[in-house]
Amino acid sequence: MGEMTGLTVGRLREQLRSRAVRAEDLLKDALSGIAQSDAGEFPLNAFLALAGEELAEEAVDVDRALDNGDEVGPLTGVLIAVKDNICVRGMPTTCGSKILEGYTSPYEATAVRKLRDAGALIVGKTNLDEFAMGSSTENSAFGPTRNPCDRERVPGGSSGGSAAAVAANLVPLALGSDTGGSVRQPASFCGVVGLKPTYGRVSRYGLVAFASSLDQIGPLASSVEDTALLLNVITGDSRFDSTASQTPALDFTEKLDSDVEGLVVGVPQEYLPQDLDPGIANLCRAAVERLEKMGAEVREISLPNTLYAIPAYYLVANAEASSNLARYDGVRYGLRAPGVDSTVAVYRETRGIGFGTEVKRRIMLGTYGLSAGYYDEYYGRGQRVRQLISDDFKRVFASGVDVVFTPTAPSVAFRLGERIDDPVQMYLSDVFTVTANLARAPAISVPIGRSAGLPVGGQLIARYFDESTLLRVAHALEVSIAGEPLETA
Amino acid sequence: MSASKKPSEYEPVIGLEIHVQLKTCSKMFCGCRVEFGAPPNTRVCPVCLGLPGALPVVNEQAIELAVLAALALNCEVHQRSVFARKNYFYPDLPKGYQITQYDRPLAADGWMGMPEEEGQGGGRIRIRRLHVEEDSGKSLHDRFPGETAIDLNRAGVPLAEIVTEPDLKSPAQARAFLGRLRQTLEYLGVSDCNMEEGSLRVDANVSVRPAGSDELATKTEVKNMNSFSQLERALEYEAARHVADLVSGRSIEHQTMLWDPVRNEARPMRGKEEVHDYRYFPEPDIPTLDLSRKASSRAAERLPELPWEKVQRFAVQYGLSAYDAEVLSATRELADYFEAVAQNVSDPKRASNWVMVEVLAVANELGVSVAKLGLEAERLAELIGLVSAGTLSHGLGKRVLRGMVRSGKSADEVMEQDDLRKVSDGAQLEDWVAGTLAENPREVERYCGGEEKLLAFFIGQVMRKSQGKADPDRLREVLKEALGAAN
Repeated sequence: MGEMTGLTVGRLREQLRSRAVRAEDLLKDALSGIAQSDAGEFPLNAFLALAGEELAEEAVDVDRALDNGDEVGPLTGVLIAVKDNICVRGMPTTCGSKILEGYTSPYEATAVRKLRDAGALIVGKTNLDEFAMGSSTENSAFGPTRNPCDRERVPGGSSGGSAAAVAANLVPLALGSDTGGSVRQPASFCGVVGLKPTYGRVSRYGLVAFASSLDQIGPLASSVEDTALLLNVITGDSRFDSTASQTPALDFTEKLDSDVEGLVVGVPQEYLPQDLDPGIANLCRAAVERLEKMGAEVREISLPNTLYAIPAYYLVANAEASSNLARYDGVRYGLRAPGVDSTVAVYRETRGIGFGTEVKRRIMLGTYGLSAGYYDEYYGRGQRVRQLISDDFKRVFASGVDVVFTPTAPSVAFRLGERIDDPVQMYLSDVFTVTANLARAPAISVPIGRSAGLPVGGQLIARYFDESTLLRVAHALEVSIAGEPLETA
Repeated sequence: MSASKKPSEYEPVIGLEIHVQLKTCSKMFCGCRVEFGAPPNTRVCPVCLGLPGALPVVNEQAIELAVLAALALNCEVHQRSVFARKNYFYPDLPKGYQITQYDRPLAADGWMGMPEEEGQGGGRIRIRRLHVEEDSGKSLHDRFPGETAIDLNRAGVPLAEIVTEPDLKSPAQARAFLGRLRQTLEYLGVSDCNMEEGSLRVDANVSVRPAGSDELATKTEVKNMNSFSQLERALEYEAARHVADLVSGRSIEHQTMLWDPVRNEARPMRGKEEVHDYRYFPEPDIPTLDLSRKASSRAAERLPELPWEKVQRFAVQYGLSAYDAEVLSATRELADYFEAVAQNVSDPKRASNWVMVEVLAVANELGVSVAKLGLEAERLAELIGLVSAGTLSHGLGKRVLRGMVRSGKSADEVMEQDDLRKVSDGAQLEDWVAGTLAENPREVERYCGGEEKLLAFFIGQVMRKSQGKADPDRLREVLKEALGAAN
């Protein structure tokens, strides 16, 4: 691996512009790094597909433009990995599922197009839990991704490939998607920064839908500043997504260096339960103390409906998923079960062999929850609880709280196979993250230290479309911790 | 329901469910062009193909057209309405769900007036709801032997679904209602309403009950009626079947019937009908549709003159009979054509006669609509002017009209080319008259003997000889003169 790995995007841009670094070399380094990471007894398996020859040509073009001193985009020559449920034209989009094995998207996601416009080089597609359903990346039909910090542990999920690729310094930036914590939880497990923007901040066009009202594309990076840079690029352009916001994009890096003096940090008791892993609980308390020391006002708050967040989340998400995944029927693209001759048999067999266990489980639960006679009791009730959870946040933010601080996940990275047979335990991995999706609020996971040698993330949640404040607090915490790691009792 | 009643004591209760294709440039949720008859799967994109990751964006034009239709049908247009997913598997349904509207439709609670003379009884037919949705693709069973092919050009084409209350009291009234609805939507430019091309589709719910009662009996649904007359025949068939079953003590089974236009009968849909649970839920990809007050009042301002309003205006403004006004208002295209002609001639009555009689006759012969004749209104007005001024006889005028349609030329050019000018020249007329008299010596004798009504016979003969070109007024003079001389 070359010496450029691990640089911030800001530094990398300077080096590229001063021609101390060439895009071609960055690409070669990344590709050899990826190859190395997949070698040995515990392959990282962060990538499902790598870009072809065209990318080398693109890198040459970038270098030529930089040599000429041309005006270039903000991410020119910067390598990025894209989760394999986000469409990149001409590359496979499998969603980690056998049912889409061999499917190549003929069109590009809005976020990806904006990356290209900004000059980024898309290295490849990263591994994920099938259709983003899972919290460990073990539900991929193409083998699990491992945690770069400990190869016997999971990287979290479902954006485990993206988090692992950034954590292993294979790429400086990655896109993930977050429906119930799928960017933040793996960021926490791998020790990187992961942001779930406000619902509607980033166009979902080209993000393969899992739960449409919860899904959001989000950046993963090794620093808050890089996260902000990437958000700058992918936000805006709501033309092909009616749920995307038309509010003009800001420069999210602008206020990063402002201090947190006077900001109100709410700490909800429901997110620090008695039985929380003591290592995580201690780091969280220390992080809150640190924010207080930096001049923030810390307030104990309550988000009482958090108690019902997981059931509400699974009712809503699975219902939407059961409908979103109906299109994988073997008729037009992707897998078609061989040797069947009736239409119904094509559906049954294709979906039978194409979907994994967890996906089938969720389709069945979601279908049930929408069925006549059950709708009100399940999907309808899930939506009502969702409203209560949103109201909790509204009330807290209306009372003057600027950001809410919580742990990102109730545990550190667990071992491969440890929870795969216990779906409920697996679902509880998302207990602290799903509320932001249900409330459509922006949330970020930022590393706050290690417990038992494994990374721990702290989560910040802010008002709708107030990523600025969110990133500013996260940045302050990051800088402070880098200067002086948190002390835990 | 008691089984002891006689067939004549029952009356049908009919409700219609109508799908019309909205006349937009592009599809309901994407930019693909709407075009009937394009090569299969050439008007498609990631959105209407249901590719992974694609998202719908509502076509504003479709909403405007649907609002227009709703206003014309006196519906309450909802300021806020919600799209929903109707989930079911079908090979020509690319997403595995149809985007439609369910519990919060675009509009509801409307009515359409029916005149007394159409069908049995007039009054209002209530409209239960009007909503917008996307069409599915088409399964083609006859393209490849033994295989089903899918054409997704139609997938995502915008539709309005209009549901009536069960207010229709006879098959004839149902047919009349559908005709009036079609005329209205065609007028508004909301839809082409072409049943052959499938831009107008109708399903019906039928039940029967003792005449005058208001009980709701078991109904059946009838599908696959592909023309107005099939609708009427299918409803007659089905209502009669219900009555026959009830009279003989059998109960009616709630089921869906398919009309077979060849055998003239409705049969239950084959196989055991599955009870579908469509698992409707609000479409999370589309926010609540919010029609600001402005948007719907804009549509109201744009609401063009409706057919029955036009009939009244034509009668008053142009002094037409109710019948003529009705015929000329049958389609917006014909009405617009008539008005364009009427505005360019001195006597609108003449315009109405020419359009209703001559132009429609030619159009019917050629099997096209008036607009497709290629006969510009201004040119027809010119022709009418020539006839009014006496430059052309009425008969010649008809021939010139045909020549104009055939060649696409003006009346003058046709008259020039086909030598169809009226002949008033004395010498030529005298020539024809002399010949005619010489050929009919006995009639000349009778005329001279006092049978003066034979003048018409001679005029006819000369007209034939002149191929209609003789100026009738001058001819009369010349004839009288010649006959007087013969006397």
